[in-house]
Amino acid sequence: MSTATFERGYAAFKEQIDSPIAAFFNSCVHCGMCAEACLFYTETGDPKYTPIHKLEPLRKVWYQEYTLLGRLTSLLGLTERLTDADLAEWKHLIYDSCTLCGRCSVVCPVGNDLVYMIRKAREGMVAAGHSPEGQIGAAKRAVIIGSPMGVQFVTLQAQIKHAEKTTGLTIPIDQTGVEFLVVLSSMEIINYPEYLEAIAKIMHQADKTWTLCSSAFEATNTGIQIGSSDIARQLVNRIVEAAENLRVKTVISPECGHAYTVLRWEGPNLIGRPYRFKVRHIIEVLDEFRAGGKLKTEGFEEARLTFHDPCQLVRRGGVIEQPRKLLGMVARNFVEMEDAGKMNWCCGGGGGVSAIDEAEELRTKVFNRKKIQLEKLKVDTLVTACANCRIILEEGLEAYEMDLPVVGLTEMIAEHLVEDK
Amino acid sequence: MMSAVDFLAWVRGPMFNIALIIFIFGVIVRLLEMLLIGRKPDYSEARESAFAGGVRTIFRRFMPADTGTLQRSTTVIFAGYVFHIGFFIVLLLFVPHILLIKDTLGIQWAGLPTPIIDAATVMTLLALLVLLINRLVNPILRFLSTFQDYLIWLLVFLPVLTGYMAFHHFIQPYQLVLALHILSVELLMIVFPFTKLMHTFTLFFARWYNGAIAGRKGVKA
Ligand code: SF4
Ligand code: SF4
Repeated sequence: MSTATFERGYAAFKEQIDSPIAAFFNSCVHCGMCAEACLFYTETGDPKYTPIHKLEPLRKVWYQEYTLLGRLTSLLGLTERLTDADLAEWKHLIYDSCTLCGRCSVVCPVGNDLVYMIRKAREGMVAAGHSPEGQIGAAKRAVIIGSPMGVQFVTLQAQIKHAEKTTGLTIPIDQTGVEFLVVLSSMEIINYPEYLEAIAKIMHQADKTWTLCSSAFEATNTGIQIGSSDIARQLVNRIVEAAENLRVKTVISPECGHAYTVLRWEGPNLIGRPYRFKVRHIIEVLDEFRAGGKLKTEGFEEARLTFHDPCQLVRRGGVIEQPRKLLGMVARNFVEMEDAGKMNWCCGGGGGVSAIDEAEELRTKVFNRKKIQLEKLKVDTLVTACANCRIILEEGLEAYEMDLPVVGLTEMIAEHLVEDK
Repeated sequence: MMSAVDFLAWVRGPMFNIALIIFIFGVIVRLLEMLLIGRKPDYSEARESAFAGGVRTIFRRFMPADTGTLQRSTTVIFAGYVFHIGFFIVLLLFVPHILLIKDTLGIQWAGLPTPIIDAATVMTLLALLVLLINRLVNPILRFLSTFQDYLIWLLVFLPVLTGYMAFHHFIQPYQLVLALHILSVELLMIVFPFTKLMHTFTLFFARWYNGAIAGRKGVKA
């Protein structure tokens, strides 16, 4: 990364502004409805967390640079110009208190896509040197070591061996011409090794060819969370190169919401061209297997369970029905959370917030929203499809002294696979 | 000293033309300066049509996103609806307004009987008062509001109020109150392009962009 300065930041803000952003700033009527959609406002009652307010720095740049009136008034010294102090102050609002969940974007009556703007505002913040330490560290590790949590391929190799032992299946590495390239999130490698075993079993049963790649096994993209396209591009390029070299048809994004957003939606724009392969979330792939009769399960979960929709999967990704259909295969006692699906509330740790130490207290506070949702349901198990959500849910539940196991959907399905096909 | 009749002639003549020119050119320039920035192409594989998503969101955002939103923002939503609907009824369906539009643009349509217009005017004024009070007491709105928000409130309130006063001949001579009414509308037209009033036009673009971005992903925004 080149040295961050205010001037670079200002230039980056300026470069991010496009017609949609101008339309959004032109349209805001200060109605305040976006605040009521944001868990950082609803759980704290502090109006400074109003989503449109988080965008003040970006708005100032737009006004000064892209409106005639703004240019004129700033020439005459009548406009309050953006300062480095503003950015320092807004760091808390742009990073610590936004999980890029996108609820505000669905609610705004004039149609402002606020999360689109916050994502872009972060580009300016990084360039100006106002991004959080935790995220910078994670991003550096991701670029140098290959993984934000510092996971190296040897770590994964140990896991592969273990998974091969437990499942009795071979886990393919660097195979060319297979159908699927499976990438993982660091969380899955470190905290949830069950995921890899589940994939091996499911692929075996569905009779599909797949591979891991030793040079691109990690899909978590800190670049996107911190808001640095440069880092994001480097990270996504590893996967693109691997997928195109191995000539796979489809890359399977792990149970990680932001990894999916980057791979599926932002990646092609980061590298400036369409991919020569497809990207699907594991849940989409499983649902395709189900629809094609390639996923055979037996037995049902007895527990009363509910599903936490990862924001990047539903609101930001369009994967809404699939997890429900899959749950239908293995769960009899499934209940929906209030506001489930497109309007679900964030766990509070998305958008890189989980990597910011200073944000932990606030994050725990806003988890109250999830707590209320869960208390109403009185469930025994919470299922989700994002390893980051899962960690945050576990931490939140612990902080609020709630005893509720959190399970990944892929693993749950794998546990019910019909053996010996 | 200008007489009420001269004053009326002035606001109807030269002043009206100035306001109209500022309004029309202002809006065009503001829309162009917005659209000419452009945007980058999206290379991701679309799940659904972005175009259809854009069109869908233009319509969907006339309604609250869900019942939770309705419950949390009840005042703004209800008073907002009443104000907007009332304002457009009075603006577009009051017979003298229709005649003015006919004279200026050459198109016309049927109006509503005056008692209905009268009721709509009162509703609009009340809704605007509710919106102002809400802006002053609701912590989010008080925090967000700038000088412009209050100024625009006043500039929208005045034409409705003076229109009501003119219709009921509250001020004599009639020419004076009518002239004040027209002047207040002209003020509104002059500030329109440079303030949040622009949302009247830009919200269609905002909704379209938002809906198209979400629509690509298969999300009904
Ligand atoms: S994206 Fe989510 S967390 Fe961020 S401002 Fe919007 S509602 Fe709040
Ligand atoms: S909901 Fe939309 S119009 Fe209302 S304050 Fe937020 S951004 Fe502005």
